[in-house]
Amino acid sequence: MAKKTAEATVLDRSNDDIGEAVRLELYRKQQVIRQAEQRAYDLFLQNLVKGTSHLSLGQEAIAAAFGTAMRPGDLSFCTYRGHAHTLARGVSVESVLGELMQRDNGLMRGKGGSMHLTSVEHGVMGSYAIIGAHLPIACGAALTAQYKGTGDVAVCFFGDGTTNIGAFHEALNFAAIWKLPVVFVCENNLYMEYTAIHEVTAVKHPAADRAAAYGLERIVVDGNDADAVYRTAQAAFAKARAGDGPSLIECLTYRHSGHSRADPAKYRPEGELERWKERDPIKVYRERLKSFGIAESVMTSIDQEVARMVDAATEACKAAPMPPEDILFTDVYADGGWAWRN
Amino acid sequence: MAELTYRDAVARGIAQEMARDDDVIFFGEDVAKAGGVFKATVGLLDQFGPIRVRDTPISEQAILGAAMGAAMTGLKPIAEIMFSDFLAVCWDYVANEFPKSRYMTNGQVKCPLVVRTGNGAGSRFGAQHSQSVENWCMMIPGLKVVAPSSPADVVGLLAAAVRDPDPVIFFEHKSLYAVKGEVPDGEIVDTLGTAKILRPGKDATVLALALMVPRALAAAETLAAEHGIEVEVVDVRSLVPLDMQTILGSVGRTHRLFTVEENPRLCGWGAEIVSIAVEEAFYDMDGPPVRITTPHIPLPAADALEDMVLPTPARIVETIRRSLGS
Ligand SMILES: Cc1ncc(C[n+]2csc(CCOP(=O)(O)OP(=O)(O)O)c2C)c(N)n1
Ligand SMILES: [Mg+2]
Repeated sequence: MAKKTAEATVLDRSNDDIGEAVRLELYRKQQVIRQAEQRAYDLFLQNLVKGTSHLSLGQEAIAAAFGTAMRPGDLSFCTYRGHAHTLARGVSVESVLGELMQRDNGLMRGKGGSMHLTSVEHGVMGSYAIIGAHLPIACGAALTAQYKGTGDVAVCFFGDGTTNIGAFHEALNFAAIWKLPVVFVCENNLYMEYTAIHEVTAVKHPAADRAAAYGLERIVVDGNDADAVYRTAQAAFAKARAGDGPSLIECLTYRHSGHSRADPAKYRPEGELERWKERDPIKVYRERLKSFGIAESVMTSIDQEVARMVDAATEACKAAPMPPEDILFTDVYADGGWAWRN
Repeated sequence: MAELTYRDAVARGIAQEMARDDDVIFFGEDVAKAGGVFKATVGLLDQFGPIRVRDTPISEQAILGAAMGAAMTGLKPIAEIMFSDFLAVCWDYVANEFPKSRYMTNGQVKCPLVVRTGNGAGSRFGAQHSQSVENWCMMIPGLKVVAPSSPADVVGLLAAAVRDPDPVIFFEHKSLYAVKGEVPDGEIVDTLGTAKILRPGKDATVLALALMVPRALAAAETLAAEHGIEVEVVDVRSLVPLDMQTILGSVGRTHRLFTVEENPRLCGWGAEIVSIAVEEAFYDMDGPPVRITTPHIPLPAADALEDMVLPTPARIVETIRRSLGS
């Protein structure tokens, strides 16, 4: 039921399962990711973000929705395209940008770099840059949760291209036979690096069409709709916490930028980016919130608050020193050092 | 004191640690119901039950990856890779994931796990089931690497590996599984990173690891009885951490250094030790260090051929005798 008001079309919210507070949280998280990622790109062009970086521009809804649906104790396992998932667990923009800028204020003080963002205190158990490596690792974390009866869930994010490596299949089978509380989230952005996924995959839906092989439900969700992803995440978490085992969720989405760094993404057919930008997750969500009767000014003030925060983080990173030499030799081994002989 | 086989010592070591600490779990292919393809884990399923002792599918990446995820989150997993040659199938975890997670995350992530694996030649299984690959692991910063030669060391070093907060690759020698030895009663915990002088001698230091240890001891016996040469046999036991003090101390007394290595020649563990000895104890030595290794070839399957390439007591005796000029 919709009724017209002067401001917008207001939907009947009596059956709303998500609620305004969570929706604003979903909106805010998407904005944080969007603005932090955009800033990372700008800083890259200024040669202040070094090494490589893989942005989630256009894919924010997935990270925001899972980050919001997770509870403390749940564990995130991300890829090199993991800034979004790290931010979505509440890690500060400054420590993420600091790591991308390879400064001493970075999340790992420059020892990991953009592809390995980790914040154990936030449940971000690492970002993994070898395709597929973290799916089995997430199984192990889920095994601990199951063994200790914590009720926590391991959530593992990866791309469409990752469904073609062996570790994906090994992990799904492992999780299924042991009924592990792990949720596998495939962000299908239609491309691996520069090759379209459909050119190199035997099935149309790289993750969902493989689910049956492991006795799992086939789940495809609009990855640009934060509400849809949030609901799907909640269902999967409920299943995992109830002891009913893993889920495999394929989220359809699109990256607005190239694969990494300054990839101009020339391999994409003309018009494809523009079509997907019409379904920009943040644009979609802003309209959604308006249709629920939330005033535009509420969103605008979130946008501005996030912009100030990202600006402040940027300045703090620019002012931060480079990492010092003495950390070169720390934390190779658990004694804190690097000694391999006496 | 009980006499145990090296094989039974494995099960004893795992059981000792599982009984002590509920966070220790154990999994691998055919390890639970069948008790392992080498029967080294018989009885553990009955003693500790199917939650803690688990059979896995043939998924080496999932085995090591799951061990890592469990270790990061508070368990102390022992994972088995049936043959060490198969480490190549899950090498990402050994080379990229276990050893680098702590460093890359500035100390946030811990990885206290043990990978047990059947290593080495002698079973006539050919080039893909007989390799000694402990040197593959030695060159990776962040790993610890252990290879025991006796039943007592299996129990003690396995216990030390399980209690160690770093990832440990534990190489069990397949040709030693049937060997018997005295194992003290009660809890045994050894220390990683300690070499052991098994036979004192004044004329030369002979370093050996795993199956090469009994061969070096046999050679020492012959050298003493037939040639009047007294060699000091040092069981290196742990490649990382490496007990260079014991090794250099021995070289300082004997003035000659020999290594007996099962690895193919290039980049065997002895190469690293010899290079350190040359840098740090050159003037203690009366002659060049000598490495006794397997030639740089894949291992052949036939017993007649395999026996020609692994260092034997006879080859060790010959090499040392000629080098010492007696
Ligand atoms: C084992 C391995 N092979 C190849 C690469 C190089 N590589 C990095 S990202 C990437 C594409 C991955 O595609 P997808 O899983 O769809 O993730 P996306 O980058 O689209 O998020 C490749 C091939 C790698 N890092 N690891
Ligand atoms: Mg992709």
